[in-house]
Amino acid sequence: MIRIPLRPLARILSARAAGDNPDRIEHENRVLRNDALRDRARARAEGRLLMLGLAFVLAFGAIGVRMAVLAGTDPVEPQAAASGAAILAQRADITDRNGRLMATNLLTNALYAQPKDMVDPARAAAALATIFPDLDASDLERRFTDGRSFLWLRRVMSPEQVQAVHDIGDPGLLFGPREMRLYPNGHLAAHVLGGASFGAEGVHSAEVIGTAGVEKALDARLRDPGQVGTPLALSLDLTVQAATEEVLAAGMKMMNAKAATAVLMDVHNGEVLALVSLPDFDPNDRPLPLASGDAADSPLFNRAVQGVYELGSTFKIFAVSQAMELGLVTPESMVDAKAPMYWGKFKISEFENHNYGPLLSVTDVIVKSSNIGAAHIAMMIGGLRQQAFLKSLGLFDATPVELIEAPGARPIVPANWSEIVTITAAYGHGVAASPLHLAAAYGAIANGGLAVPPTLLRRTSPPAALRVMSEQTARAAVAMLRGVVTRGTASLGEVPGYAVAGKTGTADKPKPTGGYYPDKVVNTFASMFPANDPRYVLVVTLDEPAETSGPKPRRTAGWTAVPVGAEIIRRTAPLLGLRPAVEVGAADGITTVSN
Amino acid sequence: MRPLFYLATFMAVMGLAFWAYHENYATQAALKDVSRLQAEIADLREALAVQRAEWAYLNRPDRLRELAAINFDRLGLLALEPGQFGDAAQVAYPAAALPEISQPVDVIGQQQESTP
Repeated sequence: MIRIPLRPLARILSARAAGDNPDRIEHENRVLRNDALRDRARARAEGRLLMLGLAFVLAFGAIGVRMAVLAGTDPVEPQAAASGAAILAQRADITDRNGRLMATNLLTNALYAQPKDMVDPARAAAALATIFPDLDASDLERRFTDGRSFLWLRRVMSPEQVQAVHDIGDPGLLFGPREMRLYPNGHLAAHVLGGASFGAEGVHSAEVIGTAGVEKALDARLRDPGQVGTPLALSLDLTVQAATEEVLAAGMKMMNAKAATAVLMDVHNGEVLALVSLPDFDPNDRPLPLASGDAADSPLFNRAVQGVYELGSTFKIFAVSQAMELGLVTPESMVDAKAPMYWGKFKISEFENHNYGPLLSVTDVIVKSSNIGAAHIAMMIGGLRQQAFLKSLGLFDATPVELIEAPGARPIVPANWSEIVTITAAYGHGVAASPLHLAAAYGAIANGGLAVPPTLLRRTSPPAALRVMSEQTARAAVAMLRGVVTRGTASLGEVPGYAVAGKTGTADKPKPTGGYYPDKVVNTFASMFPANDPRYVLVVTLDEPAETSGPKPRRTAGWTAVPVGAEIIRRTAPLLGLRPAVEVGAADGITTVSN
Repeated sequence: MRPLFYLATFMAVMGLAFWAYHENYATQAALKDVSRLQAEIADLREALAVQRAEWAYLNRPDRLRELAAINFDRLGLLALEPGQFGDAAQVAYPAAALPEISQPVDVIGQQQESTP
């Protein structure tokens, strides 16, 4: 760069010669130089501003163009995107605790007709009647030709039937895809699963909605699109459930019972491992509910949950354990058991008018199942405290299991808890609860006094437990219940190796007109095993049983429900992985000898 | 020089056009392939669901129990019993291997001598 000198010598000399001030020349040149510098800086700044403006225009222009493109194109599914787990089923599967399938979906077709498109309605009607024997050819033909434009023919069909209808070849017969609910195990756990049917039906699809049991109670979870890929795991064990059902069905037949239930529960976390109610049904082909009469006569009736019965002497352990907890008695205390006992106009007697009195130890009140002993203990406790204790065991509220029927099955409790109710409730009369209630309450005793709410879903974490009695009391109560099996009313309940503890209960059935039937009873055996560290509770109930091997029919629980319960324990305990606590004998054919 | 430059540019344009044409059809073929594969995956998933249901149906406890009863003389299957639990102590140790026979004794010869 050529710098113009501020004081060019030639001009200075000539100015000096002319007598001018040379500083003026320097000033003039300095002004010129500053002007030039200023112009250059401005030009550069302008250029930079222009660049910046251009960058903004480009950036906003790009956004604008992209927006215009997005607004102007039709939305299409991205074809090249990798597909994840595509939603095929609209309802999640149900499995048992080990992942064995209990309910799933199957794609099939529904059949409908558009008679306006039919070529030969008479032939189509005749052909359909041969494929589906329940359809009537003349009736179908009438419906095809009476001018309607649409009619449903079948809701679900087998693949063979679809092919046969295809082979008719009539353009007026059309198929709609359907997802149908399938219960591959048939009758097994029918009352738990419930059933499903179609909700809103269209030509292209139909809703599948639960109609009972878990299917209805957890309908929202099963239909949630976010969780449709993960099966719902129940707490039931399919193998244990099947074994329980087999034994119970055989026992019900042998004991000539009208109905039977069994509930097997894990006491530590409240998981129900088997829940059986007989007679049962096939959820794939759910029968219609009874139009009239007693709902309990329908196979749909879940006796284990909905059947609230007076459970009889099984309640005695609640009165005794509460009295022990309050420090009123010890297992060795003697209580008044002189029979019969009169209270006002009521007369309370023992079974078959026995008399265990005048005094009986608290342990023997349970072992011999003395009504009067239990009544005296309950009077020591008093009605208010007794109510509070039974409530803490969950015997006053509906069970919290995940069945739609559960909230409706509330125990029957007298509104006015008078002293006679206190007395009768001590031996299980006047208060009616379901077998599941009883299992949960016995679970609290078996679990060292911690009440755990029962559930039908597999639990991953231990639930919040409520302490209802101290551990010592619970242990003493279990020891008494063990005594019932070793030397009391449930002696047929002994299972070698599994130290069963339990209590029998025989309750007369109330007549709908009031009073009790003379020869109809509900027999209950509530048990827990193994007694030294109880892990499982089993409640078996038989409705109207009669053991007829003797000269006259026996109707006490010790003869009916107890042997059935014992056989269930003998079959299921090995399946649950419980080792028998006995020495296994030497292998066959090996004898130690010496000579 | 200039005609050569024009020719080169023209050839480049033609080459790029051919490449773009080719890519377009390759993309469309790939998309078609993807949708075919997705349909196949859906079919296979459906088949899987059917087979899972069938597996569960064939393995339902009622059927297995009947099969065990029918084939009892061949399989001898019984329900699990408490007595079937064993102890590790009940399992026999493997038998010690026999020592190798290094000097075989001719037993046959003696037998022949003893039976004239």
